Amino acid sequence: MKRNYEGWVGFESGTWNNEINVRSFIKHNHVPYDGDEKFLEAPTQDTLDLWDQVLELSRKEREAGGVLDMDTSIISTITSHGPGYLNKDKERIVGFQTDKPFKRALQPYGGIRMAEKACADNGYKVDPQISDFFKVHRKTHNAGVFDVYTPEMRACRSSHIITGLPDAYGRGRIIGDYRRVALYGIDRLIEDKLEQKATTRSAMYSHVIRAREELSEQIRALEELKAMAMSYGYDISLPAKNTKEAIQWLYFAYLGAVKEQNGAAMSLGRTSTFLDVYARRDLENGTFTEKEIQEMVDHFIMKLRLIKFARTPEYNALFSGDPQWVTESIGGCAIDGRHLVTKMSYRYLHTLKNLGPAPEPNLTVLWSKRLPDNFKRYCAKMSIETSSIQYENDDLMRFTHGDDYAIACCVSSMRLGKEMQFFGARANLAKCLLYAINGGVDEITKKQVGPEFSPITSEYLNYDEVMRKYDAMMRWLAEVYVNTLNIIHYMHDKYCYERLQMALHDKNVTRWFATGIAGLSVVADSLSAIKYAKVKVIRDEDGLAVDYQVEGDFPKYGNDDDRVDKIAHDIVHIFMEHVRKNHTYRNSIPTTSILTITSNVVYGKATGSTPDGRKRGEAFAPGANPMHRRDTHGAIASLSSVAKLPFLDAQDGISNTFSIIPGALGKDDRIFSGDLSIELDCSTGACGTPTLFEGLDGDF
Amino acid sequence: MTGYIHSIESFGTVDGPGIRFVVFLQGCPLRCKFCHNPDTWAMGQGTEMTSDELIDKYMKNRAFYSRGGITVTGGEPLMQLDFITELFTKAKRYNIHTCIDTSGITYREDDAEYINKLRRLIAVTDLVMLDIKHMDSQKHKDLTGADGKNILAFAKFLEKTNVDLCIRHVVIEGITDNADNLRDLGRFIGKLKNLRWLDVLPYHTLGVNKYEQLGISYPLEGTEPTTKEKAIEAKGYIMEGIKEARSKR
Repeated sequence: MKRNYEGWVGFESGTWNNEINVRSFIKHNHVPYDGDEKFLEAPTQDTLDLWDQVLELSRKEREAGGVLDMDTSIISTITSHGPGYLNKDKERIVGFQTDKPFKRALQPYGGIRMAEKACADNGYKVDPQISDFFKVHRKTHNAGVFDVYTPEMRACRSSHIITGLPDAYGRGRIIGDYRRVALYGIDRLIEDKLEQKATTRSAMYSHVIRAREELSEQIRALEELKAMAMSYGYDISLPAKNTKEAIQWLYFAYLGAVKEQNGAAMSLGRTSTFLDVYARRDLENGTFTEKEIQEMVDHFIMKLRLIKFARTPEYNALFSGDPQWVTESIGGCAIDGRHLVTKMSYRYLHTLKNLGPAPEPNLTVLWSKRLPDNFKRYCAKMSIETSSIQYENDDLMRFTHGDDYAIACCVSSMRLGKEMQFFGARANLAKCLLYAINGGVDEITKKQVGPEFSPITSEYLNYDEVMRKYDAMMRWLAEVYVNTLNIIHYMHDKYCYERLQMALHDKNVTRWFATGIAGLSVVADSLSAIKYAKVKVIRDEDGLAVDYQVEGDFPKYGNDDDRVDKIAHDIVHIFMEHVRKNHTYRNSIPTTSILTITSNVVYGKATGSTPDGRKRGEAFAPGANPMHRRDTHGAIASLSSVAKLPFLDAQDGISNTFSIIPGALGKDDRIFSGDLSIELDCSTGACGTPTLFEGLDGDF
Repeated sequence: MTGYIHSIESFGTVDGPGIRFVVFLQGCPLRCKFCHNPDTWAMGQGTEMTSDELIDKYMKNRAFYSRGGITVTGGEPLMQLDFITELFTKAKRYNIHTCIDTSGITYREDDAEYINKLRRLIAVTDLVMLDIKHMDSQKHKDLTGADGKNILAFAKFLEKTNVDLCIRHVVIEGITDNADNLRDLGRFIGKLKNLRWLDVLPYHTLGVNKYEQLGISYPLEGTEPTTKEKAIEAKGYIMEGIKEARSKR
């Protein structure tokens, strides 16, 4: 059936008219922008007023100890709260998670104990009737998981060889294709879901029953979303008709998701170029001015900055702060060869100037060699000014994920509306190495956690012996880890299903089974020390290896030295192969990530001394970073070591946290160009070449 | 042949144009009081590496250096003249931009064989960054342990080769910031036809803890780091000298 919605007038038609297909809409309608940032507009007075109000509330929140207000009696659902505003007259984009800003919602479906503790730690108390309800009448995800865990899984969990498991809170890392609501309106989406339900298999296998139940939940969520929008005075049953509506529809969809789920990462997707199509049409028609459009974007980003969840201090310690991971992916290239940078990409980044720098939303530039020079320059400039932009390699990810993927959390890529992932925390490979040496006995608790393999008893560690035992221990760890995750995701689907986010997915989604690795650089350096230097084992009175003495020097990961970089590479590959040997829930595809961006401190605390000379309790390096101060050959050597890690074994992402002191990019943050600029004849030689940006442009 | 290498910086942003692969060579005859790399002074130490090893390291990451190149510094790189000539000769085969960051102290005007060797090096060098520390010969000696006569002669030698030249000068308050000396410097370098850049650097104290580690007392103890404003002021005096010299040309 050919549809003609008022909101679609002026758009180029394509497949997207006849099926739910946002990528097709972008492909047919986006216009790459090669120009510079000069068109950008400063904030309006209303924006400044609203932001002042936000800063004032933030100050009060800090003074109150980190939380200003919490809901203790209303369970958060899509429709649980009436409308909330900062200042209704000034807000162009509206909507809060509860009935007012800075009030954190009560979200107990992941686990009632976690919800209670989050309240208690901040001086609030959950309504006893609600506590009771979730303990007596309605099981949570957390309760389900612990009903099934084996003693071995519990031991691994408490010894921290497996850490950060989403078994007591929302798993997150799923991105609904929130753009669909703007482009199609809720009614069309419901119609599509009804059709999906009507075409399931008729033999009632358990997976068919599950699919039908999930589709029903999805449809219900879409209806609730419509009702929520209506409470703010917007009818979102039909496609958005202009930029303002498109942003508002899209934001409502995201808002519905965060009202329902307190996920470990609640990312937004890849919305800027999609919205640019509307903005371009409105500018051409004179519907809105550039100033008005920037104002809407500023208000939208402001709302994203105010997404808040009720969390415990331990959770915040694990993630070093109170992150939401509202990641928005910007730029990148299309597979037809055009880049996907538009004016809206600039407008999003420009909020860092209009509202000031902020960690959320996590603005992530999908970097490609083929991005236009002007945009590269602008990104570099904004990075230097605000330190608030994340970069990911689009040329690498486009190969496996096409050109309409987005990043969930910090590095997990997935095709929007077509792929989702089961978030899987991390296995501590450094601790695993110690288990290999100690025959499965934990070096801190002295408990037998791993299998009782024979420990290493020699005074000096032998590389081949260690590798043999390490391989066997990794095999064990991968198995118990994957099976722990199987339980977690089964229970999350059962008790804390992401019905709205999944309503914004296709019928048949590809599921990634994400695992993760912590301590990679510790392991690489440890094995390098064992191989290239001499490592003496220091044992305690029980014969347990508790410390190591390194005699001689050894190649260290982070210096572009193949001898050790190869070890890091191989460990990732070996561990991933062990992961792949296991059954994974719902036919999901196993992947891994190397991305302990913030948890490296906590993981280090739980790990004894390691053969690289790192002492008990010392922090790991974040993500795939080399260990602190061991990369002595400068940034490029350090980055090159990281770049050798096998992406196809760590397809869920490899992160490297890169910080530099002022001046390290050259004087005044410009790659050396000398001081003499005017008087002298400078037309020959190297004189004309160097600036930061030109230095980076080449084949960077 | 092998060179004595102190260290390698794979992301050099201040020692020549673009992003550069910077090789710090071990060994220096000067003992500049403000030196921030005293660990590069001793001769015959460091890691021995061949020129091929260095070229390999460079080529592995050459994409980063497409607008930059390779810089040898130190230490005093010209102490290992044969080695850097070999290194640069190989570099030019790959069309790598080559730069020497030197004090010029090893220059010997009357040694014909040495001059020939230098000519061979300059033939494979794209840029020389020459650090002129003081125009007053006695003050130069006080500051560095050697007088600056050879350095100025080296600058004139470089002018004849027509290799691109960058003059560097470190501004230390009370020592190298005298306006007349700075104008002198300007007049001198203003006459050099191959001068392309001037790089005026404020003195900093980032090297102090290296002295502690080496157990050497820090000669400029108590001297404050130079502010950016002072460095800009100093640059102004040098520019005055340059303009004066050029107006007479």
